[in-house]
Amino acid sequence: MLEFLSLLFFGGGYNTNIVFLGASTLGISGGVMGVFLVLRKRALMSDAVSHAMLPGVCVGFLLLYILGISGGRDFTVLLFGALITGILGTLSVQWIRDQTRLTEDTAIGSVLSTFFGLGMVLLSFIQTLSVEGKAGLSSVLLGQIAALTRMEAEVIFVVSVGVCVVCVLFLRVFVLVCFDRGYCESIGWSGRWIDFMMMGLMLVILSVGLKTVGLVLIIALLIIPAASARFCTDDVVTMVILSGIFGGLSGYVGTGLSAFLSVPTGGIIVVSLGVIFFVCFLFGTRRGVLVRFLGFLYEYYRRRV
Amino acid sequence: MNIFLNVDVPILLMVILTSFCCSLLGSFLVLRRQAMMVDALSHVVLLGIVLAFLLTGTIEAFTMVLGALCTSLLAIFLIGWIERFGGMDTGTAMGVVFTIFFALGLVLLEVFVGSRVHLDAQHALYGALETIIWVTPRSWESLLDGGVWMTLPRQIKTLGVMSIFVVLFVVFFYRALKVTSFDRDYARCMGISLFLVDSVLLVMVTVVVVGSFEAVGVILVMALFICPAAAARMLTDRLVLYVVLSGVLGVLSGVLGYICAAWLPLWLGGTQTLATAGMIAVIAGVIQLVMMIFAPRYGILAQKSRSFLEKKG
Repeated sequence: MLEFLSLLFFGGGYNTNIVFLGASTLGISGGVMGVFLVLRKRALMSDAVSHAMLPGVCVGFLLLYILGISGGRDFTVLLFGALITGILGTLSVQWIRDQTRLTEDTAIGSVLSTFFGLGMVLLSFIQTLSVEGKAGLSSVLLGQIAALTRMEAEVIFVVSVGVCVVCVLFLRVFVLVCFDRGYCESIGWSGRWIDFMMMGLMLVILSVGLKTVGLVLIIALLIIPAASARFCTDDVVTMVILSGIFGGLSGYVGTGLSAFLSVPTGGIIVVSLGVIFFVCFLFGTRRGVLVRFLGFLYEYYRRRV
Repeated sequence: MNIFLNVDVPILLMVILTSFCCSLLGSFLVLRRQAMMVDALSHVVLLGIVLAFLLTGTIEAFTMVLGALCTSLLAIFLIGWIERFGGMDTGTAMGVVFTIFFALGLVLLEVFVGSRVHLDAQHALYGALETIIWVTPRSWESLLDGGVWMTLPRQIKTLGVMSIFVVLFVVFFYRALKVTSFDRDYARCMGISLFLVDSVLLVMVTVVVVGSFEAVGVILVMALFICPAAAARMLTDRLVLYVVLSGVLGVLSGVLGYICAAWLPLWLGGTQTLATAGMIAVIAGVIQLVMMIFAPRYGILAQKSRSFLEKKG
């Protein structure tokens, strides 16, 4: 127990500390970015994109294998692979939705499962090759903080901070695009480019979070902090701040628990998010269920007297 | 020991039954724009199965289904509450609920179940088709003996029973499903209970997901529900044809997928087989893609050439 607490309070040495920092900042950036996804009702789209990243990671790995470099250590190549197929996934969903008579949910579902299936096939192929680092590859499915190297953690930290900075700089514009796109365009911003930027930020967070939370659960990092914050406030800026805090907190605690209990990180981080969500759902100051119920009771008795 | 008979035949049976059930039900889900329900349910059943195992200590099919049904119901309620009280859209609410449930299932699995039973996280994600084996029949002639069929692996027998239920469901509820899919208000006028139809459909989907989960795992179940139905949707407007076509395309995806996974590497000079479940999903997707582009009336090529011809003439 003491050991766990000392880990939490940066007693674990540089490697551990950077992993903690990386996961926490990932949580913060996920929370902040996720607010806009939730406001624009694009939550499930991110599910399709995250699952579409698996084949990209595998192709990246295979590329390194063909070129003779061991795949386990070249995180950035895998990341780029993930980004590319992630973009392909997004474009596919949009293409299916716009060019055929199929509806968006069908588009998302088919892209998600097909791309993921392709990833599984490639993964099974890689398992038959005699190359090192292939065991670490499946850690992108459910996340494994223990498998994170120092360089990877540093990349995650830097990228997450970058995403946060961009979101803060463009906060006003993002909020405008969510609520009043017409006005936003009339003051000179291009709606399409803002969309691209948001999609891009989402893709970056998803791909960077692969090794921490894993692609099956990474969308939780985007959606749940924002949803929790929604129960606490109606003001967007407060929502963004709260969401960031929730994300960072769960990233932090979840990482510690994962390392300590040797459980896949993705699961623990999402469970921590779940606890936070549950608390907000019941007690959130604006829409929490219990708070509303108490308010309802209060009104009722006030009228009676 | 005849490899094809003892290994391939049971797997093929499993694949055919799974894809048939999934694509048949999937046809209605795609029509009702409830494709994402499969996404949510397939993640949610893991928690149900794990809890059922923790409470009863067995992996009996019945307890698994019961556990899954309970968690599915709970999930549906929670999603509704989150939508209503949080003022959020269905997608967000679903995302919140199914990720939390799945994560909880995963954590419980790792911490409490571990190696006690052949259930683990990777298995949940992509199934274990490759472990199905049917040792009893020694030769093709032994299939003539009814008793040999009784020794089929448990999963296949469960799926067989499930397929019968799915067919019965579709046949008996056909009219109700048709009306409630296209015009819910008219259904109310006709006295059809929307609640009943929605609930029974939900139960059927959950049961099929649980049954298929062992075969193809969580994510790929989605491919079998959605892709064949989407492909069929591109080909016809007639409901009966659409449902039947979904089933046919589903089985086709399954069989072709298995063939490719098992023999493609050999044809290309390799030695190992590829992930069957993944390959099935890919083939299902490819079939959908082909139909989206080349379908005679609604495919993209047909649409483009028609508008081109219209402009000309």
